[in-house]
Amino acid sequence: MALITPGFRGRRRDGGVELPPGQYPTEDFPVLSAGPTPRVPVDRWEFAILTETGEKHTWSWPELLALPSQTPTVDIHCVTKWSKLRTNWQGVSLDLLMENVESAADYAVIHSYGGYTTNLPVEDLLDGQAWIAYRFDGDDLAPEHGGPARLLVPHLYFWKSAKWVRGIELTLADEPGFWETAGYHNYGDPWLEQRYRGD
Amino acid sequence: MKWRVATVVESRAETATARTLVLDVPDWPGHLGGQHVDLRLTADDGYSVQRSYSLASPDRVEIAVQRVDDGEVSPYLTDVFAVGDAIELRGPVGGWFVWRPAATEPVLLVAGGSGIVPLMAMIRARRAAGSKVPFRLIYSVRTPEEIFYADELRRPDPGVDVSYVFSRKAPEGARRPVKRIGLADVTTHGWPPDFQPSCFVCGPTGFVETVADLLVAVGHDPSRVKTERFG
Amino acid sequence: MYQDGNALAGPLTEIFAVDMTSAESVCAGCGRAGAVASLRVYWHAGDAVVRCPGCEQVVFRLVRLENRLCLEVTGLRRLTFS
Repeated sequence: MALITPGFRGRRRDGGVELPPGQYPTEDFPVLSAGPTPRVPVDRWEFAILTETGEKHTWSWPELLALPSQTPTVDIHCVTKWSKLRTNWQGVSLDLLMENVESAADYAVIHSYGGYTTNLPVEDLLDGQAWIAYRFDGDDLAPEHGGPARLLVPHLYFWKSAKWVRGIELTLADEPGFWETAGYHNYGDPWLEQRYRGD
Repeated sequence: MKWRVATVVESRAETATARTLVLDVPDWPGHLGGQHVDLRLTADDGYSVQRSYSLASPDRVEIAVQRVDDGEVSPYLTDVFAVGDAIELRGPVGGWFVWRPAATEPVLLVAGGSGIVPLMAMIRARRAAGSKVPFRLIYSVRTPEEIFYADELRRPDPGVDVSYVFSRKAPEGARRPVKRIGLADVTTHGWPPDFQPSCFVCGPTGFVETVADLLVAVGHDPSRVKTERFG
Repeated sequence: MYQDGNALAGPLTEIFAVDMTSAESVCAGCGRAGAVASLRVYWHAGDAVVRCPGCEQVVFRLVRLENRLCLEVTGLRRLTFS
């Protein structure tokens, strides 16, 4: 039994209806990372989707920017318990990027510059649920927040929204990523508080 | 290691934004200069956080807390936490960033801001042990008002040379221009690498990075340059 | 931003009876040897990703899972205590 520290509340507040259980709202944008920030010059940047048959679709930086973009306003929820409401992004919908990709795969492994990986079902990338985002709040996405581009999948805990995204590998079998192999939940639904394996 | 219950027995302002807290911990086993403790704070709804604090003194459980305005823990410890209050504490921990009184090499201490705390513990440990090992302290602060332990560091302590680096505002009459720590500070006020000193560098990540790189660049053996970065 | 391995001294006492940060670790990636205290710690709330300052590979991870503490050591070749 822990000793209560009288008068200590921490940052947690009563989240209210807008927040998943256990989350507190924050105005700033905390930077969390599992390693050094990769610096990826856009002239050498490339994004690829690799299918289970080895077919590879790639986009250079100018090619990505030339695609029609969307400007989603979404709430994001970090497993470390902060949530940031109504964040403004600009990016390309995965529906568009996956449009001409022939695949029967049910799973995706997201790969990042710097070596980070995370996994999620392909269906969570589609139907207007995910973007390759390159602008935040009207500015180019800063390197510490995943620039030049990151995955944005706001309906899952934010570790799934891989920073410095470089590609999506479509796989027939589920392959747990960096935090998932360390014991984080394989799916990560914030509304179900799926923080750790077994939750 | 088990969590113990510590009680605040003394609280005093160190600067306008930092407080020294002295804690009473029953059956404290003693510690070395440079070691730290973890504090655990728990809200009444069970929410809990931990923070590490370096020990500032060789013979009692004394820490210093720099207030960070938007911090989660430091405003509580500096503004609310008072004499008589109890908190959970684990320690002493850390056996690497330490100075042992039996050591014979000269010592260079380089502090950035509140990074002075574990280095002050080493200076105090030297004095308490009657060690004759020569110490040099280079202490970088933004302004003179932010110096921790100012009176104590001003008092003569034979064998301990103290020099200051002011990065934003210097006291009147200071000859060194106001700027961040650089090569000249380390070569003028440190030891030549030939003396094979033990170097201890503590401060914010960027500061420690700069100083450790400078020390290695002028020829100090990387294995003799010990660092402690705080976030 | 990262901290030094010193910062793990407390949490590692939950697993090891002796001070682990003073032990010499050898990186399985590049073979660099140095005190655990000299490794780089990246924090993800209470979870630590510990990397080699030589090659930046992950040496070990310390993850707190509700009521369990998991130390994963895939990037660690050897630990020597003296």
